Amino acid sequence: MNEFDQLYREVILDHYKNPRNHGLLDPADARAEGQNPLCGDEITVSVRLGEGDVIEEVGFDGRGCAISQAATSMLTDLVKGKTALEVAEMPKEALLDELGIPLTPVRLKCAILGLGVIKVALHKAKGTPLPEEWGTSTRDLVLD
Amino acid sequence: MAVTTQPKLDAQRIRADFAYLEELVNGKPFAYLDSAVSTQKPRQVLDAMREFYEHSYTNVHRSVYRLAERATEGFEGARQKVAAFVNAPSEREVIFTRSSTEALNLVAYAWGLDNLGKGDLVVVTELEHHSNFVPWQYVAKRTGATFRHIPIDDQGELQLDVLDSLAREGTVKVVANNLVSNSLGTINPVEKLAAWAHEQGAIMVVDAAQAAPHRPIDVQALGCDFLAFSSHKMCGPSGVGALWGRRELLEEMSPFNLGGEMIRSVSIDKTTWNELPYKFEAGTPAIAEAYGFGVAIDYISEIGLEAIERHEQELVTYAMGRLAGLDWVTVYGPPADRRAGIVSFNVDGVHPHDVSQLLDWEGIAVRGGHHCTQPLMTRLGVSATTRASFYVYTIPEEVDRLVDGLHKVKKSLG
Repeated sequence: MNEFDQLYREVILDHYKNPRNHGLLDPADARAEGQNPLCGDEITVSVRLGEGDVIEEVGFDGRGCAISQAATSMLTDLVKGKTALEVAEMPKEALLDELGIPLTPVRLKCAILGLGVIKVALHKAKGTPLPEEWGTSTRDLVLD
Repeated sequence: MAVTTQPKLDAQRIRADFAYLEELVNGKPFAYLDSAVSTQKPRQVLDAMREFYEHSYTNVHRSVYRLAERATEGFEGARQKVAAFVNAPSEREVIFTRSSTEALNLVAYAWGLDNLGKGDLVVVTELEHHSNFVPWQYVAKRTGATFRHIPIDDQGELQLDVLDSLAREGTVKVVANNLVSNSLGTINPVEKLAAWAHEQGAIMVVDAAQAAPHRPIDVQALGCDFLAFSSHKMCGPSGVGALWGRRELLEEMSPFNLGGEMIRSVSIDKTTWNELPYKFEAGTPAIAEAYGFGVAIDYISEIGLEAIERHEQELVTYAMGRLAGLDWVTVYGPPADRRAGIVSFNVDGVHPHDVSQLLDWEGIAVRGGHHCTQPLMTRLGVSATTRASFYVYTIPEEVDRLVDGLHKVKKSLG
């Protein structure tokens, strides 16, 4: 397999061109946005929770590279039916395994941006734990 | 009758000075089209720095032994070269900093905090790099001054017709602008802005990080008050930059960093400041780097700044001509004759990150991102662009490879 096919494998391109769960939910029970300051990727994630804080619906919007958008699209499928706590505790490897592509450190940040954003959304709305690595990588960096 | 010939730069001969060109990337010759982020370094600079470290190195301005004298001579010799490079009236007006960013922060803090307040206006432009934008935004907020910007038109050029209405909003105290935009390559009318700034009683702060490597600079002709630039963008080492400032302003200013070297005398009750430029150079400076900066200035001066400017003009004209033939590529910024060797563009439907990833596999290095100019990206309505930028070692064949690579990008992801 050449490099292109390794990184932009068919399933990634499919999620990039036909993102799942695209569009923000209104109203939503949890919502957050995040940027990757290195390259300008932007993701907003909104979530509706059911009984026992189970994720019933999730919608995202954003712009950025194929990896960031496809990874977030795959993530939205992955988190549906999980509880807020399960998503808060989900390791990045769970998403990276799903992606199944080799990533350099810079591209890794693109891939896990959406996961960080949903963790922040759930933390803000439900007080789920947010380990420091996620809090600092996705916090809004607005001067005030 | 005298015959004047325009000196032309021999890129093929220059390429022999750069070891990186000997390397293959992915089995292909390496086309480095990212000189605006930082240039590669010629052997002459690297060899001179090694020689300096081996035979002339210790701390500067301290000890009396011979080695210390040689180190100080090398360091101060570099300051003279920097001063001459921008036609500064005196080398005492040249302060070595860590980078252009630090130089601009020095002005924002050391001048801004003491001279700005409510009712004052700080004016930047939509084209600024964050380094000449964020410090002013921050210091304006700290002092209660009003922060305003000069917008650009659709070609990425400053709309100077807003100046009159800006002046009515308050007392303009600072005008900050880059001489060349790092994102679009726009060459800005700094002389005009400086004249307007002085009519308002304001200081003119010029970020020349992207201009100094590419065209002759004369601070006296520009009429500015401060000018910052950086060694690493002009064939020198990273870790050192320079601030030129008008003497009377530097004399009046409070210091920026405090500590060793910048003092005249220290007692429990009181400290007094050293003379210029040392008042602004606390701590051990980047000694060998400053020396290397001077060697880099010699290197590009020998090639000739006019010849470099012309070489880039040819490359950018050629690149824009070729990109104009691709209707799925959008190029941002002014026409070729009003820009330096930088071309920012987007491929329809493909994020710049993906563009640069695919080009990397072709052995082509370009930058995909916001280039530290997020307000500009917002104005252009994009989150990022792909930027190709050229320097003395760039050849037209590399532009051809870029265009071939873009066809592959379009085929794969477009």
